[in-house]
Amino acid sequence: MADNVNTNSRGAGDVILDVRNLKTHFGDDDKAVRAVDDISFKLQRGKTLCIVGESGSGKSVTARSILQIVDYPGKIYGGEILYWGDQQVKSGQPLDLAQLHPRSKQIRSIRGHEIAMIFQEPMTSLSPIHTIGSQISEAILLHQNVDKEEARARSIELLRRVEIPNPAVAIDKYTFEYSGGMRQRAMIAMALACNPKILIADEPTTALDVTTQAEILALIKELQQAYGMSVLFITHDMGVVAEIADEIGVMKNGKMLEFGPAEQIFYTAQHDYTKELIDSVRKLETSARKARKSTITDKKLLEVRNVSKIYPSRKSFLGKASDPFKALDNVSLDLYEGENLGIVGESGSGKTTMGNCLIRVLEPTSGEILFKKSNGNISDLAKAGKSELRQVHREIRMVFQDPFASLNPRMTIGQIVGEPLLVSGLASGKELRERVGKLLETVGIPSAAMERYPHAFSGGQRQRIGIARSLALNPRLIIADEATSALDVTLRSQVLDLMLDLQEKLGLSYILISHDIGVIRYFCDRVAVMYKGQIVETGEAGLICSTPEHPYTKALISAVPGTHPRDKRIVNRHRYVADAAPGKAVA
Amino acid sequence: MFLVSLTVFVLIQLPPGDFVTSWAAQAAAAGEEVTPAMMEEMRRRFGLDQPLIVQYFAWIGGVVRGDFGYSFEWNAPVVTLLGERMGLTLVVTVSTLILSWCIALPVGIYSAVRRYSLLDYSFTFIAFVSLAVPGFLIALILMYMSVKMFNADVTGLFSPEYANAPWSWGRVKDLLAHMWIPVIILGTEASASLIRIMRANLIDQLHMPYVVTARAKGLTETKLLLKYPVRIALNPFVSTLGWTVPRLVSGAVIVSIVLNMPIAGPMLMQSLLSQDIYLSGAFLLLLCLMTVIGTLLSDILLVVLDPRIRVQ
Amino acid sequence: MANLRGGIEYASQWTLMWHRFRKHKLAVAGMVVVALFYLIALFAEFFAPFDPEEANSRLTYHPPQSIHLFDKDGFRFHVTGYRLERDPNTLKPVFVEDDGRKTDLTLFARGHKYKLLGLIETDVHLIGPKDPNERFFIFGADRMGRDVLSRTIYGGRFTMSLGLVGVCISVLLGISLGGMSGYYGGKIDWVVMRVVEYIISLPTIPIWLALAAALPKNWPPHLQYLGITVVISLIGWTELARVVRGRFLAMRGEVFVIAAKLDGCSESRVIFRHMLPSLASHIIAAVTLAVPFMILSETSLSFLGLGLQPPSISWGVLLKEAQNIRSIASAPWLFIPGACVVLAVLSLNFMGDGLRDAADPYSH
Repeated sequence: MADNVNTNSRGAGDVILDVRNLKTHFGDDDKAVRAVDDISFKLQRGKTLCIVGESGSGKSVTARSILQIVDYPGKIYGGEILYWGDQQVKSGQPLDLAQLHPRSKQIRSIRGHEIAMIFQEPMTSLSPIHTIGSQISEAILLHQNVDKEEARARSIELLRRVEIPNPAVAIDKYTFEYSGGMRQRAMIAMALACNPKILIADEPTTALDVTTQAEILALIKELQQAYGMSVLFITHDMGVVAEIADEIGVMKNGKMLEFGPAEQIFYTAQHDYTKELIDSVRKLETSARKARKSTITDKKLLEVRNVSKIYPSRKSFLGKASDPFKALDNVSLDLYEGENLGIVGESGSGKTTMGNCLIRVLEPTSGEILFKKSNGNISDLAKAGKSELRQVHREIRMVFQDPFASLNPRMTIGQIVGEPLLVSGLASGKELRERVGKLLETVGIPSAAMERYPHAFSGGQRQRIGIARSLALNPRLIIADEATSALDVTLRSQVLDLMLDLQEKLGLSYILISHDIGVIRYFCDRVAVMYKGQIVETGEAGLICSTPEHPYTKALISAVPGTHPRDKRIVNRHRYVADAAPGKAVA
Repeated sequence: MFLVSLTVFVLIQLPPGDFVTSWAAQAAAAGEEVTPAMMEEMRRRFGLDQPLIVQYFAWIGGVVRGDFGYSFEWNAPVVTLLGERMGLTLVVTVSTLILSWCIALPVGIYSAVRRYSLLDYSFTFIAFVSLAVPGFLIALILMYMSVKMFNADVTGLFSPEYANAPWSWGRVKDLLAHMWIPVIILGTEASASLIRIMRANLIDQLHMPYVVTARAKGLTETKLLLKYPVRIALNPFVSTLGWTVPRLVSGAVIVSIVLNMPIAGPMLMQSLLSQDIYLSGAFLLLLCLMTVIGTLLSDILLVVLDPRIRVQ
Repeated sequence: MANLRGGIEYASQWTLMWHRFRKHKLAVAGMVVVALFYLIALFAEFFAPFDPEEANSRLTYHPPQSIHLFDKDGFRFHVTGYRLERDPNTLKPVFVEDDGRKTDLTLFARGHKYKLLGLIETDVHLIGPKDPNERFFIFGADRMGRDVLSRTIYGGRFTMSLGLVGVCISVLLGISLGGMSGYYGGKIDWVVMRVVEYIISLPTIPIWLALAAALPKNWPPHLQYLGITVVISLIGWTELARVVRGRFLAMRGEVFVIAAKLDGCSESRVIFRHMLPSLASHIIAAVTLAVPFMILSETSLSFLGLGLQPPSISWGVLLKEAQNIRSIASAPWLFIPGACVVLAVLSLNFMGDGLRDAADPYSH
């Protein structure tokens, strides 16, 4: 395990940060949560170290321990964090950051100056009421002996360096006026303000779209070379790791399971968990549908014709009217019985609006949604009345993204799964209990757990319960909106496999809405690619994912990180700049 | 504003009967003879025989021109009765507001930062208690204690020699010497709720990611605290102005009645009881106006403080 | 969170809430006090030793006596009496403690007759003098020589019940209007919210004064009572409506509510089966916090003489007695009803705060 890390205990040389037996606990007594439990690793000068792990593995706490900014009641409990900055190399004596008091002057002169950090949520990580410029200059003024004018000039230069258009104007803007990608660029500019030796990046691209993520990763990579920084990169995404890592540490439950050079980890992993992580990502690079016997028929189940959803213009406070917003712009689709259709797109592309319009949670502005009911009649969902909708809602069901929010915390899972049966009068009493029990067994939850409340289940289990609820009325079509994106990667393919099994057993069709190319490729027969409310390309899933036609799809697919450190794809990505708004597709 | 004036007018017209009936009742109690003819004559003179809507427009038309009407009871124009009392009400309310902010801000910040410390618990407890004690009871207790311990009378806003004197430095000093009592009474309650609001707001902000970002920059804790979370927690705090002002005005009315101070309270109550409608109407209207202005001020301040509102 | 072991996994929301509530010691203490107050208010006739209206001009401003369990001869449940003398200088009447006069007390004493809960006729009181013709004053006597303890107990009945009744009216208004506003949104929401904002921006006490002054003085007590309650509730519902609206609004967008709609639930089932159970705990907490507001309002109004009028007894009416400086200087025990107000409000606040935290453990 961690022992092989400690072989060279003399330090210095090319090592800039040497973490030994670090322990960070939350709470003091025996019941303390050991968020970081005796881990050791080394960060090489000028290199990138990725620490990868799933939620709750302690990777973020590790990063924060280095700068001693762990939230109360978390505290470094033991171990050393030896820092070899320029001064320390000169004196031959490393600085142990773990020994410094979190409020001491010494650690403050390290923070933002020698070691800088960027965070996951660029929106909330920047102050909402100070200008971007004042937040960047603050770091400069704090650590360097310059006046305000000089600091401002440098801030503008930094914004230019991170490719923010028109930096002299952008510097006086507020956080909420920046797009997601631009905010993360501003964060990076702030971190670079004092030419730090180490950049710690805590999931900096997780909240971003995949094309924006590629831009930010490329930017970090380029700046790292230009400034000669070492980067400690925290992420849960093995794809990102493959793109940028020189060395990798794998964490789980506060322990470092494995540590080594990127190629070693990816091709000759020692630990089962590491293999599982890599396998579950690679699995999503294949198609599960091709491996199974096809269920597709040539009977059309759903026909979407020219559906639009337009939000009317709004008058703002000063009476300026905004343009009407076209969330869906003349969209048409077909779905055949037994087919899995994927709708893929980035945030704001209209894919979720699409799903909600199909099931009439939202009212489409115009167009037709023709659904063939089980009795053979065709119903136009766009115009269906209440009672008609109620019937259709038995045949079309929905699985939601957030397994925590979609289950009523005040009801037992038996009640939740049984609710559709009960309200449509299909079963009650003992029969209801039996059917609910069967449904739960179908999705792999023991029927004895029926009396429990949702909070007793993990995320993956909850998603299974959500699926059981959607199956209760023997539906023919299930719309799954980002059904796996809230789950850790190792659970994702499990839930997808369950859905595919159910399809073979019950003769279902799926519409899967997702931003994740891997999930789409694994699960779907055909894909529709959405961009700004329009479908730019539709086609067979394998073809779209390997040889896309439309330039946007090309950019999208090429921005998806691979799983092979030898094949770094992001450097060779396509950039789609067509009619992009500033800071969106160009980021 | 139109709505407010209408409400006020309906309110003062609500009691059965009018000034004349209550005046007649008083006169009869004093043994005077009041004939129905006299009452009719009085009504006509005051315009009380007109339909309500005419009375309303006559009244509000006057108000717009600065003429608040004539007080039946005091036989004087409302404006002269109103002037100093409203001014003093304003002085008391504003000083209370300032005092409660001066207390609530530091205490709220301290309580949030040192959460669950001994002092935090004591502040919270004191705040709870002062919220539970009605203002007039504090006033009574203060009166009781000052009589028992100093044998001093704390009622009123002026010493007898200054009560009707024209304004002078001496009078201002005298006012300040008396004013601290109502200000403290009103301030306790206001500060108590403000402390709790500031504490809750700040606690929400303390764990926001931008605080971690600022800390990672190397800022000192104090500077960080004041520049980021406190500054942002101020926004919801400022918007409380909208309802602290009406509360203070309410509180001032009741406390001033107990302490018999020459501000709006006692005269308002008297005019309400005797159905002196123009006087009570003017008071109600101006008190409501004060709260509306308070709300407006808080909105303006919020726009100044919060770029999110300013820019969008 | 996923690994809650033991019984909690099966615990319903209410049990969980109760578990969390019990951790707040102050809140539990508050609940006990509140329960005690309402119990005493309900059985006021039993707990009060005397008829609250029984006046005795010879006992004007009789000071409070403390209960002794022993005297020099051993156990004797008694109070020490007072003798009325005149101050030789001012000739004012003064009460002087008189060790020779002892009034024996007993539990479950016989006194004036009353109907318990309006049903059972009895003359048993929790505590009283052995000789029904004797008098004693634990809380002293007022201007007319009436027993302040008995009057406080009867006043508690009025004030505390008014709090409850007022809250009921507020809840009806608040929940229906706030709920409608939050659930349907749109125009209804706009109108309701403007009304609420408008009422909140008014200074309450002057408005109350005006409203209360509008109530005829010659109404019988029960009509007065109702009138005052309505006046107070008319302003008090706004806060509740805001809370309920906010909750409905937030919950309307919750995924599990959308899921329930897609399950085919009718509108009323969505509201009553899926939304209200999640809201109930919040509403109960909000209601608990609204009662003290009612109590304070009643007390203030009656204190100014614009609320309940004598012969009705409420804490506010009793405090009116303590209004002028002469009476409080000579008889500070007239403050005791005020202490009761503070205690009741404090307990209700603690209890409400505890309930709110228990209902929504993640909000802080």
